[in-house]
Amino acid sequence: MDAKIETPVGERAKLSVRNLNFFYGSFHALKNINLDIPENKVTAFIGPSGCGKSTLLRTLNRMFELYPEQRAEGQILLDGEDILSSGEDVSLIRAKIGMVFQKPTPFPMSIYDNIAFGVKLFETLPRVEMDERVEWALKKAALWGEVKDKLNQSGSGLSGGQQQRLCIARGIAIKPEVLLLDEPCSALDPISTGKIEELIHELKADYTVAIVTHNMQQAARCSDYTAYMYLGDLIEFGPTAELFMKPKRKDTEDYITGRFG
Amino acid sequence: MVDKHLSTQFDTELSGISTRVLEMGGLVEAQVAQAVQALKDFSPESADEVLAKEGRVNAMEIEIDRDLSTIIARRQPTARDLRLLIAISKSIANLERVGDEAARIARTVQRLVASGVSSRLRVPMSDLSFEAELATAQLRKALDAFARLDVERALDVLKHDDEIDKEFDGLLRKLITYMMEDPRTISSSIDLVFVAKAIERVGDHAKNLAEVVIYVVKGQDVRHNTPEAVETMVR
Repeated sequence: MDAKIETPVGERAKLSVRNLNFFYGSFHALKNINLDIPENKVTAFIGPSGCGKSTLLRTLNRMFELYPEQRAEGQILLDGEDILSSGEDVSLIRAKIGMVFQKPTPFPMSIYDNIAFGVKLFETLPRVEMDERVEWALKKAALWGEVKDKLNQSGSGLSGGQQQRLCIARGIAIKPEVLLLDEPCSALDPISTGKIEELIHELKADYTVAIVTHNMQQAARCSDYTAYMYLGDLIEFGPTAELFMKPKRKDTEDYITGRFG
Repeated sequence: MVDKHLSTQFDTELSGISTRVLEMGGLVEAQVAQAVQALKDFSPESADEVLAKEGRVNAMEIEIDRDLSTIIARRQPTARDLRLLIAISKSIANLERVGDEAARIARTVQRLVASGVSSRLRVPMSDLSFEAELATAQLRKALDAFARLDVERALDVLKHDDEIDKEFDGLLRKLITYMMEDPRTISSSIDLVFVAKAIERVGDHAKNLAEVVIYVVKGQDVRHNTPEAVETMVR
């Protein structure tokens, strides 16, 4: 069966998901997903727990391959090239498609090295250029002002919100094309959340952003497009303003208005 | 029922505020009917009663508006809940204006009685009553459509709005004829023109209410369209 391909009108697709099925052992977690993630936009994935939104995000940079029982079928095209079947080194794919997780995961090293570590894997930069790159990434992540005088201190000494922005800085330091955010604010207070949301808005000028969130208002606030998923199916996909004001499907409306039970 | 929220408190708030909108609607509808009756009877007492209700209507508008802000702040409503709350905000503004029109008629009655022209003045009462019946019927239908979120009834209101407009035009012609026949009644007849206009405005508010009902149910803004165009938009 060929499902309808959800593609935003007038946008260039950065990532195209085609006939994607995903299995945890025998459990069918994603059912024939077809959608395009538009370039330089923020696309949010919402849905109840277990709907497959995080699974989908984890297939987008082949993060699932760390676990042997998991497999994906179908295609995920990055600028037209299938990343699922390609022989390209998976770490190169992840360099193009960075990811930030729910809990801040600073490496047990200095703030400076947290950023430089990833860069060193892909590029050999003279010290001055590396300094510039670290500063650039921290500025992009709206953290520079808070840490510029303590770059040699441990990253784990930062507050939760700062740690998460450090992780985002680490992610963008290697200049990815796509940034995947898996509930980046769920462990943060409202002010840190506000800063990350502000940052997401700024990042989309340079990157394509996909975000999974349990907080529907967050999706409404910071995304351009929203996908609603339920039990492994993509139920509805559309411009965020439309989806939150006048969803096409009753299932979507029931979920976003809190009638889901 | 499937349509209930996870939060029963939210359900209670929404149904409570909707009920009060209907209550306010009932109040202004009665005000209009009473104001027209006051004109028919030349009764300043009835006119006083209409004006006495004005304070209650205004207070209801403020209360409902305040509760709307609270619900929006606390619940961050989306989709049809959000549309309903926006619709309520618009509806109560329209209902309050209906109350104002009723008060305008009541004050005109008081002025006519006070000026002592009642014996000389020819009032095309049956036409005014008929126009008022059309307008209050439209208002009742619009409120009914709101209560049941019934698009068909709302469409029916839109389709019948021009009947009131035609009735107003007829009344205007009649009053102009009276004024030409007896120029001494010009000043009072102009008052009656304003009464007819006030009733016609009640019909317009009913129409606005009906449009808002369509917005809640269909999510489509159908304002500034002919009834025929609206019908094709929602079907």
